[in-house]
Amino acid sequence: MAFQTKKSNARPAGDRLIIKGGKIVNDDQSFYADIYVEDGAIKQIGENLIVPSSVKTVDAYGQLVIPGGIDANTNLQAPQKGQSPIDDFYQGTRAAVFGGTTMIIDHVLVEPGVSLLSAFDQWRETAEQRACCDFSLHLDITRWHDGLYEELETLIKDKGVNSFLFFMSYKDKYQSSDSQLYEAFGVLRDLGAIAQVHAENGDIIDEEQKKLLCLGITGPEGHVLSHPEEVETEAVYRAITIAKQANCPLYVTKVMSKSAADVIAKARKKGMVVYGEPITAGLATDGSQYWSKDWATAAAFVTSPPLNPDPSTPQYLTSLLACGDLQVTSSAQASFSTAQKAVGKDDFTLIPEGTNGIEERMSVVWDRAVTSGKMDENEFVAVTSTNAAKLFNMYPRKGRIAVGSDADIVVWNPKETQTVSAKTHNLTVEVNILEGLEFRGVASVVISGGRVVLEDGKLNVTEGSGRFVPRKAFPDAVYKRIRARSKMAEARGVPRGNYDGPVHDVISMTKSVPSTPTTRGPPCPKTQTGTRNLHQSGFTLAGAQVDDHIPRRSTQRIVAPPGGRSNITSLS
Amino acid sequence: MSDCRRQWNREDELPVYLAGPISTGPNQRKSFGMFSSVEGAFDSKTIDFDNYAVGRKGSRTPRSGSRERVLETGDPVGKTPGEAEEGTVNESTAETEDGGPGVEITNSSGKESPNGKSEKLLIKGGRVVNDDQSLYADVYIEDGLIKQVGENLVVPGGVKVIEANGRMVIPGGIDVNTCLMKPFLGTHPVDDFLQGTKAALAGGTTMIIDHVTPQPGDSLLEAFECWQEAADKKACCDYSLHVDIPQWNEIVKDELELLVHEKGINSFQVYMAYKDLYQMSDSELYEAFTFLKQLGAVVLVHAENGDLIAQEQRKILGMGITGPEGHPLSRPEELEAEAVFRAITLGNRVNCPVYITKVMSKSAADTITQARRKGSVVFGEPITASLATDGSHYWSKNWAKAAAYVTSPPLSPDPTTPDHLHTLLACGDLQVVGSAHCTYSTSQKAIGKDDFTLIPEGTSGVEERMGFVWDKAVAMGKMDENQFVAVTSTNAAKIFNLYPRKGRIAVGSDADIVIWDPDSVKTISAKLQQSAAEYNIFEGMECRGGPVLVLSQGQVVYEEGKLQVQPGTGRFIPRKHFPDLAYQRIKFRNQVMSKKGVTRGMYDGPVYDVDPAPKYITPAPSAKSSPTSHQPPPIRNLHQSNFSLSGAQTDDNVPRRSGHRIVAPPGGRSNITSLG
Repeated sequence: MAFQTKKSNARPAGDRLIIKGGKIVNDDQSFYADIYVEDGAIKQIGENLIVPSSVKTVDAYGQLVIPGGIDANTNLQAPQKGQSPIDDFYQGTRAAVFGGTTMIIDHVLVEPGVSLLSAFDQWRETAEQRACCDFSLHLDITRWHDGLYEELETLIKDKGVNSFLFFMSYKDKYQSSDSQLYEAFGVLRDLGAIAQVHAENGDIIDEEQKKLLCLGITGPEGHVLSHPEEVETEAVYRAITIAKQANCPLYVTKVMSKSAADVIAKARKKGMVVYGEPITAGLATDGSQYWSKDWATAAAFVTSPPLNPDPSTPQYLTSLLACGDLQVTSSAQASFSTAQKAVGKDDFTLIPEGTNGIEERMSVVWDRAVTSGKMDENEFVAVTSTNAAKLFNMYPRKGRIAVGSDADIVVWNPKETQTVSAKTHNLTVEVNILEGLEFRGVASVVISGGRVVLEDGKLNVTEGSGRFVPRKAFPDAVYKRIRARSKMAEARGVPRGNYDGPVHDVISMTKSVPSTPTTRGPPCPKTQTGTRNLHQSGFTLAGAQVDDHIPRRSTQRIVAPPGGRSNITSLS
Repeated sequence: MSDCRRQWNREDELPVYLAGPISTGPNQRKSFGMFSSVEGAFDSKTIDFDNYAVGRKGSRTPRSGSRERVLETGDPVGKTPGEAEEGTVNESTAETEDGGPGVEITNSSGKESPNGKSEKLLIKGGRVVNDDQSLYADVYIEDGLIKQVGENLVVPGGVKVIEANGRMVIPGGIDVNTCLMKPFLGTHPVDDFLQGTKAALAGGTTMIIDHVTPQPGDSLLEAFECWQEAADKKACCDYSLHVDIPQWNEIVKDELELLVHEKGINSFQVYMAYKDLYQMSDSELYEAFTFLKQLGAVVLVHAENGDLIAQEQRKILGMGITGPEGHPLSRPEELEAEAVFRAITLGNRVNCPVYITKVMSKSAADTITQARRKGSVVFGEPITASLATDGSHYWSKNWAKAAAYVTSPPLSPDPTTPDHLHTLLACGDLQVVGSAHCTYSTSQKAIGKDDFTLIPEGTSGVEERMGFVWDKAVAMGKMDENQFVAVTSTNAAKIFNLYPRKGRIAVGSDADIVIWDPDSVKTISAKLQQSAAEYNIFEGMECRGGPVLVLSQGQVVYEEGKLQVQPGTGRFIPRKHFPDLAYQRIKFRNQVMSKKGVTRGMYDGPVYDVDPAPKYITPAPSAKSSPTSHQPPPIRNLHQSNFSLSGAQTDDNVPRRSGHRIVAPPGGRSNITSLG
């Protein structure tokens, strides 16, 4: 092959390439055209392109040319219980590229007490050294407090991070309370970022885990028993309620069950700005393997929320994906070797959570959704790439084949099939949860940053060639509605004369406002209000009020008027 | 029907030859003793509707005969007005128009004793309406108990006869949610047990279940005794008590056990709102649910997301909104629906019955409906205020009026809410109507005149409760009279284990009986109500249907707008744990839902070495950490394991799943959520 040798530089000049004869599939339309790529970007699209000589030609006859996939949820470095995933940025992105994914957004897990910025810098540095495809980063905030505001502002404005994950689970470790979520969502909305949640009720899980361990259930089946579907559904419902109150866009990671997906679908019908992300594992398989007699197999499936034991779940999620109720597919890749998982061999709560899926993601969606007729090829591009690019503000640089976009292109062969096996996959993990499943649809050529990185089944990646893709705040796809609503949703008070009747004397203040150092304070810690001098009030005895001449509701826009709801919930 | 019935009454006056045959037929009852209930009185007379329809006229006659028998010993004077009317050929409407009493009482001379316990009463000519059926029957009451139900009752002489004239005779209402002593910043509601129960009786409610609301740190037991003492002194009708759990800890557990086993309390309220005061975290709720389930109690939940409310309140006060409109603005409907959803999820996980108090919004009610469809054991209680009015008044220019509506969860500003709730009530998706009666005077409400979060919460409704259900559900054709009895009385009695002592007109039940006039119309006004509050949130609303006569413990306590009550006549009614309606399903599910692990060989592969110092101990929790901070689970010593290297395992010979019932198998769900 005649293409250039690897650049040690992180910014390879890229090949000059022409992709010929393929059917270009974007999320809105498909058409036949050739693509000319130079310097890592798409320079021309059309037929009979005039291109310089000595250009490498990629033959795409009879195949689809699609924008490279974007995997919006990977954990290639986030440690769990002291162990780093066995597949790091290099292994992970290599596998990603093999499956047709040319960009990942990895989660930076910021341990409580660690500075957001330092965690971000550390992640970015590692990824720049190791990643073989472009990447961006989400930040997982494990302990919210007001002091984070400045760091968030820096991250969003200067560092190109516009999405932050909060945990509603992992009690006493990462879990955020409703108040914290509300405050954080408010801040994120002001800064123009997207709130992501890991939606499971950590309190209930914690109790259920205790109960199950008491019952003597220590194997991986305890994981799914202690993370029942309802607990996920409940948290999704709550997260949506909180986001609604804070008027903040919400992105629910890892939608694993039918009922959770339904809650999202219903909320969207009511006009909520909420997005749902099913993952490879949830779309391809179910949770029956938790009861496997083979501990290693059962443990490999452990992830949170768990795979649903209901075997119709994958089909259902695929359907919702096809009709647009769920928007983005990701992998939630986090692979731990069997030895790592075995840390929890006597206690399922210690099993590191995470499944593989980064490599199979695109094939799974193609096989389950497109070949089964649920989805067309454009929709396929949307859920594997374009929607993620839009939500996270990388569009049209990523997620589209258009002049000026990054040359992250996949030549997709919809006819070929592959069988998943741990022996042949590109990850190091020993157990593949999709072992033995056959999927139609394979990436035959992958171009990342203008370089051919997969061809003829051979990977040709360079460690460290991936670039960090910064993402700007206020993505249009998400924030246009939010902005309009912020203007609409301001509550106004009723101007009324001062109340001038008798006021009951509050004598026993000790009862209401505990000055005693109990841990519980009054609902609103405004101790002054109760003790106001009630004899001083601003009303005049004239009886006339300043606003007497204003007829009721003449000038006031009352947002929650009689006969209406106070918030916009009935947009279609 | 009542008009019709009245016409039949006139038929009583028909010549005997028309009615003759049955009066002498085999159905005629023999007395089995003066004071014993007549065996089979209920059955043969009431269930045999066909016979009844045919023998209408005939069956009237013997009763009129029996009346004559009574009148022989009784005072004939009381009989006159009604009888005169019956004798006329007027249309039945004329009867009501001319203002004549619908119910008349005939006293037997000199027999009426001041001591009500020995009073003997006969309610004649009424239509007894229970939750399952309606039937024409007389009711004989003695010693505060219903002794006989049926026709042609043989009663001793000297009984007081109440002529129901075809009106409905229903079990007295049970108001499951009142707060007649709930302190707020040291002040107590203006309607105490005396005022409150008076209002209840005037509205046809003969039993209340009041909330004992101890403050955090108070002893539940002491609070209970304090409430009981106050109620024993003042209450005019029977009462029972819910106990609110303001916080969750070990001491509370012991007290709960005592309350359930020795004090006759089977329902406890927990709060998901009132942050930093009563609110419990999900973990605490889970523990509380688990514990209360073991005790066989019903968990009442005040469902609102307190965290978000606190945030919203801060925001709204920050915006300078201090009036009562801030109250609904800071407690939007979603927060209620969310908390209801969460409470039900918790209930499902623990497998515990959940009772949602104060269902105020459509979305919360729908959430309950959906959960019931999936088989959850959950009950919903709309209240008078949410059934009769909406939250538009929070925007009233009149501060006192707006403040009067302040309650939590707030009334929904959506004016279609009452209608929707009535519909769900009629179809059984909501079960019980409470009043959440908790009235504060305007001056008490004015404590919060500059800050809506300080306005004491509570609306009136104990008196209007039954009337509005009738007016808005039965009179509108949404509900029949039996369902009316169910939602106002019987369901509550069943859920809280008072049935059949309360909530039913049957032999042996307490004589808490209401004679209900479906046609009376009254306009609600604070001046005419029993409640001491100056402002009635239903002011000016018209309400069809109301009690004509109310019997409590066999005593006439309300008649034609006049109350005759004595403070302290109300008795505390203890309630046993494990009410059948709530717990039968729970018990079966318990048996089915036990979880089993998978027996598999020990994992004998390599185990990754974990840094023994656990990296992830949560640092000192800031004030905003999740509510209860435990240490993260300690990391086990993974070097000690008990597997043997022999390779053979003790259970190698057991084929997979042979002996194990796996409750969440592949292809199934782990919980029973899809019962029809």
